[in-house]
This record gives sequence, structure tokens and C-alpha cells, in this order.
Amino acid sequence: MAVLGLYNYFVFAVLLMIGLYCLLARTNIIKSIIGLSMFQSAVFLLYISMDKVDGGTAPIIQEGVENQIFANPLPQVLILTAIVVGISTTALALAVAVRIREAYGTIEEDKIQEMDRKQ
Amino acid sequence: MTLYDQLPALVVAVLLFTAPIAYMLRMHGFPWAAATAAVVTSFIVACSLAATAIGGETIIYEMGGWPAPYGIVLHIDALSALMAMLITGASSAALIFGAKSLADEVGEETAPAFFAAWLLCTAGLVGMVITGDAFNIFVFMEISSLSTYVLISAGPDRRALISTYRYIVMGTVGATFYLIGVGFLYMVTGTLNTADLGARVGQVEDIRLVLVAAGFVSVGLAVKAAVFPLHSWMPNAYTFAPNAVTVFIAAASTKVSLYVLIRVDYAIFQNSIANHEVQLTLFLVPLGVMALFAGSLLAIYEKNLKRLLAYSSVSQIGYIALGIAMTSVAGLTGAIVHMFNHGLIKGGMFMAVACLALRYRTVNVANLAGAGKAMPWTMAAFVMGGLGLIGVPLTPGFISKWYLVLAALEKGWLGALLVAVILISSLLAVIYVWKVIEVAYFREPRANAVPVTEEAPMVMLIPTWIVVLTGIWFALDTSVSVGLASIAAKTLLGVAL
Amino acid sequence: MMTIVFSLFLLTMLVIVAVAILRTENLFTAVMLSGIFSLIMAANFFVLDAADVALTEAVIGAGISTVLFLGALALTAEYDRSPPVGTWVPLLTSSALGGVIIFATFQAPRLGDPSAIVHQHVAPWYLEKTPELIDVPNVVTAVLASFRGYDTLGEVFVVFTACIGVMALLGRVRPRRDSIKEGEFKKATDNLRHHLIPRVVGKMLVPFIVLFGLYVQFHGDFGPGGGFQAGALVAAGVILYSLVEGGVRGRELVPEWFSSVLVALGAFTYTSVGVASMLMGGRFLDYSVLAHDPVHGQHLGILVIEAGVGMTVAGVMITIFHAFSRRGIR
Repeated sequence: MAVLGLYNYFVFAVLLMIGLYCLLARTNIIKSIIGLSMFQSAVFLLYISMDKVDGGTAPIIQEGVENQIFANPLPQVLILTAIVVGISTTALALAVAVRIREAYGTIEEDKIQEMDRKQ
Repeated sequence: MTLYDQLPALVVAVLLFTAPIAYMLRMHGFPWAAATAAVVTSFIVACSLAATAIGGETIIYEMGGWPAPYGIVLHIDALSALMAMLITGASSAALIFGAKSLADEVGEETAPAFFAAWLLCTAGLVGMVITGDAFNIFVFMEISSLSTYVLISAGPDRRALISTYRYIVMGTVGATFYLIGVGFLYMVTGTLNTADLGARVGQVEDIRLVLVAAGFVSVGLAVKAAVFPLHSWMPNAYTFAPNAVTVFIAAASTKVSLYVLIRVDYAIFQNSIANHEVQLTLFLVPLGVMALFAGSLLAIYEKNLKRLLAYSSVSQIGYIALGIAMTSVAGLTGAIVHMFNHGLIKGGMFMAVACLALRYRTVNVANLAGAGKAMPWTMAAFVMGGLGLIGVPLTPGFISKWYLVLAALEKGWLGALLVAVILISSLLAVIYVWKVIEVAYFREPRANAVPVTEEAPMVMLIPTWIVVLTGIWFALDTSVSVGLASIAAKTLLGVAL
Repeated sequence: MMTIVFSLFLLTMLVIVAVAILRTENLFTAVMLSGIFSLIMAANFFVLDAADVALTEAVIGAGISTVLFLGALALTAEYDRSPPVGTWVPLLTSSALGGVIIFATFQAPRLGDPSAIVHQHVAPWYLEKTPELIDVPNVVTAVLASFRGYDTLGEVFVVFTACIGVMALLGRVRPRRDSIKEGEFKKATDNLRHHLIPRVVGKMLVPFIVLFGLYVQFHGDFGPGGGFQAGALVAAGVILYSLVEGGVRGRELVPEWFSSVLVALGAFTYTSVGVASMLMGGRFLDYSVLAHDPVHGQHLGILVIEAGVGMTVAGVMITIFHAFSRRGIR
């Protein structure tokens, strides 16, 4: 059971690995950006796994109910911020990718590198 | 609450308040004027904060009126004030300098977005240095990164786009590493306030998570600070950005990541991890030494002047890394002063390069033959900067190297080795600076080249020389720069002032 | 126990989907899978008692992000033609990274451990003091909008920056004729117009989505929700309308000048609240001074800044979508 309680963190590590591998190993820009956004969402899992309390509920205080156990609100707030940061980065990266495609005619990094070398 | 009490918040609030206005009001020239006004105001506020901080005082400002560690507080000491001054000063100088060149390079249509991004970039960098909250640093880091991507992608060459893309990838990975580190720190301490983290990390019994957190934070920030060998995004980003943008980001942006590295490593880990200085030395000294050599050698073989200066920055960042790694008052003072002085030197040099680029339409070193005669004032400014990079006495570079050598001499045989390394790399700097001087002063322009007879316009030349003279001022009168830096170093190391 | 089993299932699914994304060469498939990835992630957040985050991830990660990726695909390429070479360095780097984290997390507190340090120091203070100091039932909203309101301000400016960045990149410069496939994106988005069922169902959903968005905006104090989720939902409604009716009709519904005014106005509103609280004698973003009674001041401040957040997020998402969708039509 002890290991099951850490399963979330292991999955976080694995997702981080897959995201980083996708980012570094692929030369296709869109594929790399998908990897990048996966890399970022893995971190969401790390934070949200911290907020859980056994027998708890979402931190919304209901009147007349005593002795409720609540999940930790702070990681949730941080991750709300991080999600918005993530989509902002993705949107900007995609816009750059579109402009790269227009300027170079391809989104394969190795081909772009070749073109730049010739220049 | 008097206006004086509100100053810490104003330094960022002015910039954030102006950004949407600059974006919406699309009158001719307005975005630039609004941005300049806001940045200069912010610079004045930062100077008055520095005046308070030089007395050794730390200003705490509770955002929203909530006390730490529950709310976010601004935490402004000598180090933050010095950095805030550097950032807002560099931003104002680059904006005033770029009034004309930016109008050419950016174009009327993109101007509102561009100057709003400039304001946000300044706000993000200043926000990072004044905040006292580890997560808040991440938020402002992202504001500054995203806006820097926008500024770089405005470059005229198509290679600006691919450089931006590489910077986005590296920058995001760096920031995410930082976020992971902060997550682990939060896991073991339950707090995000930096002062509180410093106090509580020491009480953690099992150190493994703290160590991994320190690793993630340091590596993430090293990527963002372009510490060798994690610098690969930087040379092309500097090269293909619009010239005035290069002035600003070369002077300020990597330094801010180094600032956070100092802040996190000293305020949080230094007092709580046993043998932390050994780990810091093992991490940063090899990287710093490699950066000194690799950066200088790459600069020596580089043909593009902007990229040459970027590689020179890689090696100069090596000095700062060495200073941080010394964990002594002299070393840290040297590192902090060098962050400030190198900002001044490189800012001035990139301004001179922008002047050259305006007349020569190229920044290839080989094509600059005869520039010493055609543009004497510009080249003189460049040479002053070059002497600063080498570390000749009476230049700001000398001051910071002096402190680094002093710090190294405290360290025994390893220190003697480091002194040798510093001297050798200064000689390498002589080579790459001389390479430019030789072409500009002693080589005749090619017969088929379009002759350049005109000096750069006054609107560009005057700001350049103001920056150069400010540099000399800070080499002669060190009471502000070294004064603030030594207070900062003593505070960080917990030595009595 | 059910939660744990369910959670294990979802987490394993996440890994499987991630591997599938990595392996596929068809970028369209990869984008669709990453939408599914986000949706599973959202479900997982819900299991972990993070209702606000789940809602946000579902709307932003699975909805808007997927649409943006599809837009970018239509303007770039359909297949990943990366050569299968030089995979050793990335493999070693990422394995080292994963190894370090797994090594470290053996020391982490197990999932749901009430005695974990994260639940001891700052968090209980929020749960205890929110009814007294701010008096809104949703503690997440209280922390987001007031205790850490400065972070949220920063975050609004992050999306604002992304918006001006996309506009600077795609908004104005005319693309070169030879390098862009004419009308490719138009074809991709207008396809739905000829499919009766998606069109009718889509159109029927739009008002409900927008209505739900407004509900989430003003109900955020009491239940899960707030400006971010609401803004993203309203934007999703408008984007769905543009997808089923075509980009041109979409831009008639929400003109571009309107969405960009919304972006700047939202960010401006938020900062103005901060400046107003300074002028009334408090600290930056101290809402307590905005009314005679501190708690009323907090309510007022949260209402206004959440409105600002909602405006900016909705405006940004719509503007970015329009920027992508219009790019191909020229």
C-alpha cells in the first residue's frame, strides 16, 4: 500500500520523461510543442497530488456542516495559475511555428538548420 | 499610507498599469512615449528604493495587506534594489536609444503590441527581483519570458523566428524545472515565502527531497541564465533580435535569473543544507571555468559582431558563476557588482553595435573596415566597452574582477588556480576585442564596398555615451555599486554589516 | 478504496495515452490524443478533490488548446517527418530526470496523508480564516483572488502577453503567397457547415455553454468556478459557434476590435482595483479599504477583479483563435 500511495508521483515522473523525450527527440516543431505541453501538465499532477487529504472534499465551506475535512486549497490556486501559463506558452509557440512554416516552408528543425547553414 | 510607503508596489504597478493603455491607444508614436514615460518613472522609484536600501534596511511590503507567509510580500533589500535599478535603467536607456531604430525595425502596425511587450518584459524582470515569494517569482518569470519571446520575434530576419522557438523551448523547460523545485520545497515545508522557506528548510529531517529541489531550481535557473553549457539558446536570440531589444535583454535579462539563483541558494539553502557550499562549488566552479574558456574561444572565432558579443556574455556569466560559487563576502560582492557592471558594459557595447548596424547595414566584423575613421565616436564607445570586458583599470570591469581575484586568493591553491584562469580568460578577451579593433581601425575598406562617411545620429550617439560615461563613473565612484553589493553579500551570508 | 482504484486506472490511462502521443506520426492523431490526455487529467484532478482545477483543465487543456493545435496544424503540416536518429541523448537525459524524481519521491508523504507537512503550516490558516476575513464559501476563490491576488494579477498579464504576442506574430504581417496553402484552414473549419447534425447540435449547445460560463463567473464565490473558468467557457462557446458557422460569421458575432478591447480592459480593470485601493489608503490590492466594512470591501474587490479576469481570458482566447483562423483565408 505504501507504494500505491506514491503512485501519483511515479506517474508524474514518467509523464515528465515522456514529455521531455518527445520535446528533445523529435525535430518536428508541432510534435515538440505537444511534448512541451505534456511536460508542463505533468507538473500539475505533482502539485494536485499534494492537496488530497483522506476523507476530504473540495475546499468549499458549506454552512451548517461541522467538522468537514477539506483538501488543501493552495496547490489548487497555484495550478490554476500554471494551467493558464501553460496555454499561453503553447499559443505563442504555435504562432511562432506558423510563422516558421510561412518563412521556411517546413516545420522540420533539421531541414531549417540546413537552410540556415546555406544562407 | 503615504506615497513613500507605496513606492515598492509602484515600481511594478506603474508598468503593469501602462501596458494595456499603450496597447489600446494606437496613435502615432504614443506607445513608445507611454512606455518610455512609465519605464523612466519606474527607474526613479527604483533609485529612491536603492537610497533606502543602502542604509542596510530591508523593506517589506504586504500585497493586499496580508502578512507573510499567508499573503505575498515584496522583499526589497540592497540586492533587489541594485537589480531593480539595473533593469529599469537598462530598459529606459534602450527605449530612448531605440526611439528611431525601433520605429524602423518594428513598423507602425506592430508598435502597440511591441511596446506593450516591452513594458511587460520590464515589469516581469522587476517583479522577479522585488518579490519575496517563490511561486510569485515563477509568475513574473513567465511574464518576462513570454514578452521577451515577442520582442525577439520582432527581428527583421527570418532566423529570428527559429531563434525565438528555441528560446521558447529552453525557457519553458527552465521555468518548469524551477516550478518542480518549488513544488518539492512546498512539499517539505508547507510554505512559499522565501524568508519562511529559509527558516523551515533547516528543520526538514530527511534531506533528500530538499537536495533534489535545490538541483531542479539551480539547473532551471542556470538554463534561463545561459550558464555554459546550457547557453545554446542565447547567441542566436541576441543576434536576431531588433538591436535595441538586444541592448535591453543583454544588459538585464540573464542577470535576473542569476539573481534568483543567488537568492534561492543563499537565502534558502545555504543555512539549511550541510555542506551546501561544497555542492555549490562543485556545481558552479566547473561550469564557470568552462564558460570562461568556451565563451571566449567561440567569440574569437565568430564573424558576426552581435554573436561575438553574445559569446563574450557567456564567458562573462562564467565570472559571475565563479563569484557565486566562492561563498565568501568578497566573492559574492564581486559577482553582484559584475552583474551590474557587465550590464552597463554590454548595454553600451550593443548600443555601439546598433549604431554601426544602422550605417553599415551589416554586423559582420569583416565588413566594418574603416569604421574607426568613418564613425569615430561610435567606435570609441565600443573600445571603452571592450576595455571594460578585458578588465583594464579605470573601467567598471576592473572593479568586479578585483573583488573576484581577492575572493579567489582567500581559497588557497584552488584559488590560485582560479586567479590564473581569470587572467588567461582576460587575455582571451583581449584577442576578441582586438580582432574588432584591428578591422575597424587598421584595415582599409574594400574597394567595392559602399563607403560610409556619416557618424551615427545624435539621438543614438548621446544615449550610448551617457551609458559609457555612467560606466566610467561607477568605476571611479564605487560607493553605490560596491556599497549596495557588499551590504547584499553580507546580508545573504548572515555577516554583521 | 474506490477512489484509489479509480485513480490508479486514470493514472495508468494517462501514461498509455502519453506513449501513444509519442509514437504516432500523424500529428492530427497526436493532437486528438493530447485532448484526451487533458480530459483524463481533468478527471483525475476531480478525483483528487480539485474541482476548480478540473474544470479549468477540461475547458482549457482539452477544449481550447486542442482547437489551437488544430488551427496550427492546418497552417503547417499533417505529418511528423522527424528522422529516427540520434535518440540516445534525449533518452538518457529524460531517464536521468525520471530516475532522480522517483528516487526523491520515495521520501514524499503518501497520497492523502493528513499529517503531511503541506497540510500543517499555511493551508489550515486559509481554511480557518476565510469565513471570518473574506466570507466566501469557496476557499480556492478566496486564496486566488485575495490572499494571493498579486499572483493572479501576474497571471492575467501572462495571458495578456500571450495575446499581444500572437497578434504581433499572426495579426498583421501579410503572409507570403507562395508559402501558404490558400484557404487550407478555411477548408478545415468550414467543413462542419456541410454536416447537418454537428451543425445543429453545435449551434444548440452554444447558448448553454455561454450561459454556463456566466453562471460560473458569478457563482465562483460559492461553488467551483471564477473568472478563469468562466472566461474560457464563454470563449469556448464563441469558438464552437465559429467552428460550425465558419470564421467569418464568428467574427461577425464577436468582432476582433471587441475582443481585443476586452483583453486590455480586463487587465486594466484588475490593475485599477489595485491602484484604487492604494488611493484609498490601503496597500496595493487590499480590497478591505474599498468599502466601509472590510468584508464588504473584500466581496466588492473580488467581484470586480474576477470580472476583469473573465474579460481578459475570454478576450484572449477568442482573439488568439481568430488570429489563427483568419491566417489561412487571406
